[in-house]
Order: sequence, then structure tokens, then C-alpha cells
Amino acid sequence: MSDKKSITGELYRGIITENPTFGLCLGMCPSLATTTSVKNAVGMGLSTTAVLIASNITISVLVHLMKQFSNDELFQRIQKIRIPLFIVVIASFVTVIDFVLKGYFPALSKELGLFIPLIVVNCIILGRAEVYASKNNVFYSFIDGLGMGLGFTGSLALLGAIREILGSGQILGLSLFGPAFKPAIIFVLAPGAFLTIGFVMGFFRYISSIRSKKI
Amino acid sequence: MAELGSILKIFIAVVIVNNFVLFRFLGLCPYIGVSRNSEAAIGMGMAVIFVMAMTSAVTWMIYNYLLVPFHIEYLNIIAFILAIAALVQLVEMIMQKTSPALYESLGIYLPLITTNCAVLGVAILNKDTLFGHSLSFIKCLVQGTGAGLGFALALFLMATIRERLELADIPESLKGIPIAFITAALLALAFLGFSGML
Repeated sequence: MSDKKSITGELYRGIITENPTFGLCLGMCPSLATTTSVKNAVGMGLSTTAVLIASNITISVLVHLMKQFSNDELFQRIQKIRIPLFIVVIASFVTVIDFVLKGYFPALSKELGLFIPLIVVNCIILGRAEVYASKNNVFYSFIDGLGMGLGFTGSLALLGAIREILGSGQILGLSLFGPAFKPAIIFVLAPGAFLTIGFVMGFFRYISSIRSKKI
Repeated sequence: MAELGSILKIFIAVVIVNNFVLFRFLGLCPYIGVSRNSEAAIGMGMAVIFVMAMTSAVTWMIYNYLLVPFHIEYLNIIAFILAIAALVQLVEMIMQKTSPALYESLGIYLPLITTNCAVLGVAILNKDTLFGHSLSFIKCLVQGTGAGLGFALALFLMATIRERLELADIPESLKGIPIAFITAALLALAFLGFSGML
């Protein structure tokens, strides 16, 4: 079944057609909470990508090993407790990432705060483990993790850019409009996050409705 | 008396001022997913209040009586998520036995709560902000219950608004989730007005 897949096709699917934030509406909490600036958004996106790739690979390997070394009946039983198993694997990787960020990027870790441990309950990761990694081979699970992770990072960076430009008049810390510009601070606060994601999501839906009409 | 004041302050802060959904962005998936009608919203809200209060108590005990004595505090994420998953399962089983009527109404929402980030969020928030204070157990319990109440309040408000939005004339591409987010933005703006209270 994995013969028909191509690497670019899988990546394209993760980044564009099944984009986790705008397409599947998964992982909403971090995409709103950590997008006050591009830097935070990319930091969060890459941390999630790292956990996603690691957990996809591990779960794919685990499922294959279990299939190989257990008979059918035992495998059926393991299937029943697969969700707790997946969560433990994910939680271990999140703990690792938490320490890496605390050790090497203390400022970023402080900004993201609560949302690093909350990668555990990000539905993208458990969702991909359940839907993809437990059914496909190790290499494609890696590619799927990479594609989905990049898609997530991209959407976060887009939201972060919009909110940073409108909310503080800067991009990546560089001032864009000069000192006379009065930024709309509301965009870096909570309401701005909801407003931005609502309109961006509406915009993407509009584009895809036009495209489907043409075809 | 001073303790009572600080407990009250924690409660008001977590219900209204720093509302979990509208200020901290926790638990957005069920917030958008279950807010289509107000009955479901009440069911989900009740279940979340209950599980959050229980989680606050249980994770406090696990951290202070299990992780601290063995010096394995760094395992807190794994310990907390397992505790929550087990707790939700336990609550589901007890409820099924003791009050089938309540189980019927909450049944489908209970499993969803395990992956509600607000629940793990309140456990970690308790650990970061309250552990080590005096009376920390009671404060955690208050923060947990308050967070649940705040979530239920926001969910109920949203559900009643969305019931009316069904009838409104909205652009085709904004229907459904996008308009829910824009509504949430206005609600968040209203809740921002409480920020001067504390």
C-alpha cells in the first residue's frame, strides 16, 4: 500500500491540502497562544515538529515490532491499550524537548511557558500516531511527521507575522513603519488572536471554494 | 483572614479575569467543537468542572507524596497525563454504576476530556504557581474548580450565541468555525474589560 506514495506527495499533503491548523483544525490552543511574534511561533512549531517526528518514528517501530513478535490474539489485546501507550511515548519526548529548550533557549522556554508541556495533549501528535504512524512504515511515518510539522510551523509563522506586524509594527524585531506608526496592541492580546485566526481561516476557505468552482 | 482573601482572589482571577479559554487559550478544541447547542455545552461544562477539581486534588497528591520523596519531579508531565487518563476512566466507571442518568448525559464528553488541554493545563499551572505556598492543597482545589467554572461559563455563552448565529446571514466562507473564532474574539474583548478588577 505504501508503494503508491511519493515523498513530495506526502509532504505536499501535510503542508497544504491537510494543513493541520487551517485544514483539519487541530492543535488550536498553541496556534493561538504562542503566535504573538514570529519568533515564538516558529519556536513552538519546530518543537512540535521535533516531538511529532520522534513520536511518529517510535510508534511506527513499536507497532511493527509488536506485530512481528506477538501472535494475533496478543496483538488484539495490545491494540486495546494503544492510546495510553502512545501518550506515554509522546509524553517522554515532550519531557526531553522541555529540558532541551530550558537548557539551550531559556528565553524562548520562558515565553512559551505552559505550552511546552501541553504539546503532550496537542491533538495533531496523537492524531497522526493513531491515523498514520501505527499503519505505515517507518520512513513514511517520518515523512508524514515532517510534512505535518512543517505545515503546522508554517501556519503558526503566518499567524505570528500578521499579529506581530499589526500588533507591534515589527517583524522579527525589525521596525517596519517608523516611529510615527501606532500599532493596534489588541492584536498581540487575546482577542486579536481569535480575530486573526477567524479571518485567515475564512480567507483560505474562500480561496479553496474559488478553486473548486474552476475545476 | 489574609489567606481567605488570597483564596478568593485566586478564584475570581481564574473564573473571570484570566479565563482559561478566552485569556489563556486552553481547551479550544472542545470549546469550538461542543459549542453548537447549549444543552451539550452544559453537559460538557459540568463534566469539565468535575474532572478539573478532581485532577487538581490528585495531581497535588501525586506530586507531593510520590514525585518529591523519590526526587523524580522531572517526570511530572508523564505522571500527570497518566493520572488524568486514569481519573477520567475511573470517573466514567463510577458514574455508570452510581448515576446512570448523569452518565447518559455526560457519557460522550467524558473520554474527550483526557485530551482537553485545559485539564493538563490546570495541573501544570497549579504546579508552577501554587505548589510550595501555604495551604497549597486548598488553593489548588479552588483554582481547579474555578478554572472549570470559567471554562463552563465561556462555553455556555458561546453556545447560546452560536445558536442565534445559525439564523444569521453570514458570508459562505466564514460559516462554521471561522465565525465561531470571530465571535470568540468579541467575547474575549468583553472579558478583557475585567482585567482592571485585580
